[in-house]
Amino acid sequence: MEPIYLDNASTTPTAPEVLAAMKPYFTDTFGNASSVHAFGRESKEAVEEAREKVADLIGADEPREIIFTSGGTEADNLAIKGIAMQNREQGKHIITSAIEHHAVLHPCEYLEEYHGFEVTSIPVDEEGLVNPLDVAEAVRDDTVLISIMLANNEVGTIQPIAEIGKIAQQKGICFHTDAVQAVGSIPVDVNELNVDLLSLSGHKFNAPKGIGALYIRKGTRIVPFMHGGAQERGKRASTENVPSIVGMGKAAEIVKNELKEKQEKLTRLRDKLIEGIEERIDEVQLNGHRNKRLPNNVNISIRYIEGESLLLNLDLKGIAASSGSACTSGSLDPSHVLLAMGISHEIAHGSLRLTLGKYNTEAEVEHVLDVLPKIVEKLRAMSPIYNQKEA
Amino acid sequence: MYSDKVMEHFENPRNIGELEDADGVGEVGNPTCGDIMKISINVEDDIIQDIKFKTFGCGAAIATSSITTEMVKGKSIKEAQKLTNKDVAEALGGLPPEKMHCSNLAADALKKAINNYLGLNGGDMCDDCDDKSGKHQ
Ligand SMILES: Cc1ncc(COP(=O)(O)O)c(C=O)c1O
Repeated sequence: MEPIYLDNASTTPTAPEVLAAMKPYFTDTFGNASSVHAFGRESKEAVEEAREKVADLIGADEPREIIFTSGGTEADNLAIKGIAMQNREQGKHIITSAIEHHAVLHPCEYLEEYHGFEVTSIPVDEEGLVNPLDVAEAVRDDTVLISIMLANNEVGTIQPIAEIGKIAQQKGICFHTDAVQAVGSIPVDVNELNVDLLSLSGHKFNAPKGIGALYIRKGTRIVPFMHGGAQERGKRASTENVPSIVGMGKAAEIVKNELKEKQEKLTRLRDKLIEGIEERIDEVQLNGHRNKRLPNNVNISIRYIEGESLLLNLDLKGIAASSGSACTSGSLDPSHVLLAMGISHEIAHGSLRLTLGKYNTEAEVEHVLDVLPKIVEKLRAMSPIYNQKEA
Repeated sequence: MYSDKVMEHFENPRNIGELEDADGVGEVGNPTCGDIMKISINVEDDIIQDIKFKTFGCGAAIATSSITTEMVKGKSIKEAQKLTNKDVAEALGGLPPEKMHCSNLAADALKKAINNYLGLNGGDMCDDCDDKSGKHQ
């Protein structure tokens, strides 16, 4: 059996059509998009066409509301630091959630440490959901930014962003959402979601790594943090990464056209995985909400075994997955997301994340359902905390 | 990330299980930190005749447990007492630095099992047991 890639929340392969669209922009059409000559104009046109496609994917009113960045992390940094700096005279309070990606959490911590901001972290319930009422209650006179992610990268929980956006609107506070995991996976519309800023990243939907974008609603003022040339309307200096921008545009176009189909297929495969695992392995728990969940995300904790040894065993069988275990995070603590959901350390150590992508097949899912129970049995047989129910 | 030797023990762990009538049992770690190792030994004529382990933990935890059992099986208690976590890591061709602490406790579990066999209280891993093992006998 060919290797099976079930780690699409980490990254996805660049689609062949995307790569084909990018190729001419490395060699033939290599001009600097800021140059006035024909070479430059051609690149500029390609960048603007890509901008339209990305804008179209997320329902932005105007392409110029899209600022290309080096990825999701930079988009998050630009949004959070940029809005904080812009409004620092009005107030120094930021609201975010306990389950954000580090690309949001760490800029917030930076603002606390170096710029005197105060950050309120909204807790989540056991399914990983933020309660919009908690956000409303946390708002203060000096709140200048609310940043809550649209869909979580570990457990796939989809937050009530439109509702939170309404609260932010009513209170006149800037609202950012990290939609890196959501864009290309579920329909995303900046107007329906009531957001002022939205981050996305190409490599999560079959564009290359190192390209992303920040949607900035028209009229939203922001201080850039990449200072230099006048690219991206002065909001993000540096010569445009034309091939990657073209690639993200192409990927946006493709995924917009196939979104409904992709969503249906992945939801079916996801539920087959979840149900299959629950049927074949005892003492497992699904982490995250069963329905308010990305179509491509399975996150389960398997009791009495540890995530890294599970991943290594899967890898030996050619199956790529990930885990929230401390042993895979490079720190002593398991995933902050699972802990914030009230999951014990022990259960968090045994978490397994399988994330689907457009190229996964039913046969692959069936193979995983065949292999996984055997690995679990092997690891439980050597686990000192597994009380075997011997006959 | 892991050496071939680690992966070899991880894939084919030796001496898994628990001895029914163990002469000594030692356990270290807890589920919170993500690693638990339990070693049981049978001793006859001062020789570790049989040894088994059970481990909850990452690849390093399983491999260190496995090789520890292999290293001391058939050895005298005195020899086994000299085994350190460092020896275990070296025998595996090294471990990633972040695994040196929490996942490299098999020698400690063994020490506890030996102390338990010797009837020493608690089986605490005092440094005394390491070099001046005679002191406790
Ligand atoms: C929710 C979320 N935000 C931000 C990022 C960072 O994106 P990038 O890798 O493009 O910098 C990721 C990707 O790991 C993510 O899942």
